[in-house]
Amino acid sequence: MDFSIASILTLDGVTNGAIYALLALATVLVFAITRVIFIAQGEFVAYGAITLAMLQNGNPVGSFWQRHGDLPGTVWLLLVVALIAVVVDGVRGSRRGLSSSQLLVDAAKTLAVPVLVFAVAWFAGPRGWPLWAQSLFTLAVVTPLGPLVYRLAYEPVADASVLVLLIVSVGVHFALTGLGLVFFGAEGFRNPSFWDERFQIGAMTVSGQAIIIFIASIALMAALFVFFELTLRGKALRATAVNRLGARLMGISTSGAGKLTLGLAAFMGALSGLLIGPTTTVFYDSGFLIGLKGFVAAIFGGLASYPAAVLGALFVGVLESFGSFWASAFKEVIVFTVIIPVLLWRSFLHGHDDEE
Amino acid sequence: MKAFRPLALALATLFAAGAAQADITIGVVLPLTGPGNGLGIPVNNYVKLWPTSIAGEKLNVIVLDDASDPTKGVQNAKKLVTEDKVDLLVGSAVTPVAIAMAGVAAEAQTVQLMMSPANLPAGRDTWSFRLPQSNAVMAHALIEHMKKKGIKQIGFLGYTDAYGEGWLNDFKAESAKLGGPQIVAVERFARPDTSVTAQALKLVAANPPAILVVASGSGAAMPHKGLIERGYKGTIYQTHAAASRDLMRIGGKDVEGSFVVSGPAVAPEQLPDSHPSKKLALDFVQKYEKAYGAGSRNQFGAHGYDAVIVLEKVVPVALKAGKPGTQAFRTALRDAIENMGRTVLSQGVVTYSKDNHWGFTTETGVILKVVKGEWDVEN
Repeated sequence: MDFSIASILTLDGVTNGAIYALLALATVLVFAITRVIFIAQGEFVAYGAITLAMLQNGNPVGSFWQRHGDLPGTVWLLLVVALIAVVVDGVRGSRRGLSSSQLLVDAAKTLAVPVLVFAVAWFAGPRGWPLWAQSLFTLAVVTPLGPLVYRLAYEPVADASVLVLLIVSVGVHFALTGLGLVFFGAEGFRNPSFWDERFQIGAMTVSGQAIIIFIASIALMAALFVFFELTLRGKALRATAVNRLGARLMGISTSGAGKLTLGLAAFMGALSGLLIGPTTTVFYDSGFLIGLKGFVAAIFGGLASYPAAVLGALFVGVLESFGSFWASAFKEVIVFTVIIPVLLWRSFLHGHDDEE
Repeated sequence: MKAFRPLALALATLFAAGAAQADITIGVVLPLTGPGNGLGIPVNNYVKLWPTSIAGEKLNVIVLDDASDPTKGVQNAKKLVTEDKVDLLVGSAVTPVAIAMAGVAAEAQTVQLMMSPANLPAGRDTWSFRLPQSNAVMAHALIEHMKKKGIKQIGFLGYTDAYGEGWLNDFKAESAKLGGPQIVAVERFARPDTSVTAQALKLVAANPPAILVVASGSGAAMPHKGLIERGYKGTIYQTHAAASRDLMRIGGKDVEGSFVVSGPAVAPEQLPDSHPSKKLALDFVQKYEKAYGAGSRNQFGAHGYDAVIVLEKVVPVALKAGKPGTQAFRTALRDAIENMGRTVLSQGVVTYSKDNHWGFTTETGVILKVVKGEWDVEN
């Protein structure tokens, strides 16, 4: 190993690490505000990448939805999930004795965004929008899934223990993976690069895509900082994270906070998907391992510290890169073994003071 | 609901009675859902095109979904042999399920036609025959091609799973036998990996004149692109699991000029007229694409086609030994396959024997070159 190889490996590791960092941030965010350990974070990555791919080249042979127009499977998925949420809301609302006009307003609120997305997709699908417009639309398709997932899976058990929420998360992960297979088919996709330029710095070749990954990751972190420090919504989320009961007493809706948080998580996942799509082939189930590495990074921050999670993510990326250079057959072993000493150190550090 | 039960029972008895006549019952178990569905659906597509009778006996085909899950596959196979008393099991298209089903086939002494090149320990495949080509047969074609091009050393970049490991071992063994190229560098990656930069760096540093990529379906393009992106200029070879249009769809211009080994059924139009499988492969492509659209041909649909050829050859022989539905018929079916001699299929030439249930001879593998996003047969 000489300097040039080390620098290439580091660059590759940091590029992947930047994406893990986004996912790690989302994991920390969701855990802090809702106490949900959100395993399904990676699924949104696959959803984002494949939605864009489907907008680019239509559905592949073998996907069930191929016979139903050229819409990306996620558009149908969003519609179906929203309809289920409307039914669940309707049943619960009428049991609670809400008036039918109130029920209709609730249903309209839930359906508004999915129906709008569906209409736009119907209109835009065959028209072949430019890549950037399709990317923005992809974010608009995947992001509303987050609140709906919270509504259906977590809201009914929002006050349960962390362990129960974790078990629900496992279920959500499997449900989303299975739905991915139904709506996308088993084949993999690769997206066109956003920026095809290549820059030569010494022995390193920095691709335009890598630069976009860095810029997007840093911009998103900055945007999150602004959101949490300067906006009322962001402060409400922080208040919920610090003390759920207190926040509720202050008139902050914890259920609204949960939906907003999962919306943010879905947005960050979809963005990661858009960023990673051009560098690798994404399958309906690729998200899990990517999300898991984000999760490992979040553990470095004890699921609490954002900067530590970002550093952890970069560390995981670089470790993975060097691991595959030295012993490619044991790469995964290396990455996931490192988490054990971290967990030990974390639990010694904290002892038993956190009851849950 | 209760009223339905007697009706359903009556219907079931009726069907059972129908099956108990001299029809040949075939139980097909395929991954129609789950991660292996890309392999199971094409086979099932061709099963739908199967003839309604063979040698004058009506065919009674039952298709069950194994969801790519070995447990489900075993359950299905058990149900087929005990309740439906099938004369023949077909499937599965994914290796772990096919291996699990082989146990049931052996126990029930029923012939199994595997749609996957499953490795079984010696003596465990007495009742199981493979229709896809073995890695060794395909490696043979690759090695012959490499020898012709004067390649003495190759690098290996393959999955960290049974497919990669199987290929590595089979390639080494065949290469030693044929005096082919030596493997000088072995690197691995996993299917969900997002980058092979580090592995590619190491392979490019070792700089063998050729690299063999062992991956399947749409997953075969990422490592290929990774090698090109790290500036690899040599020849890249791919295995028959990569012989689908997905390689070009995802690989684009980076896969241009690389070589892929495949069965003859993928590009029969370009085979020389002397190729034994040409006529059958053309017939398969014509029938399959008439039903499922131009360009829909694939490796696995052809295995479904080949199953019919085998049956048409062995059923008349087995009928002499006993009626369908009896153990005598099932045993005769196995013996007939073992003794059917050299048989030309759309995917190559098979010769099964008592000790060899792999069948395909080394005439099978065809080397395709990717030229302008199309297959070009190398002669």
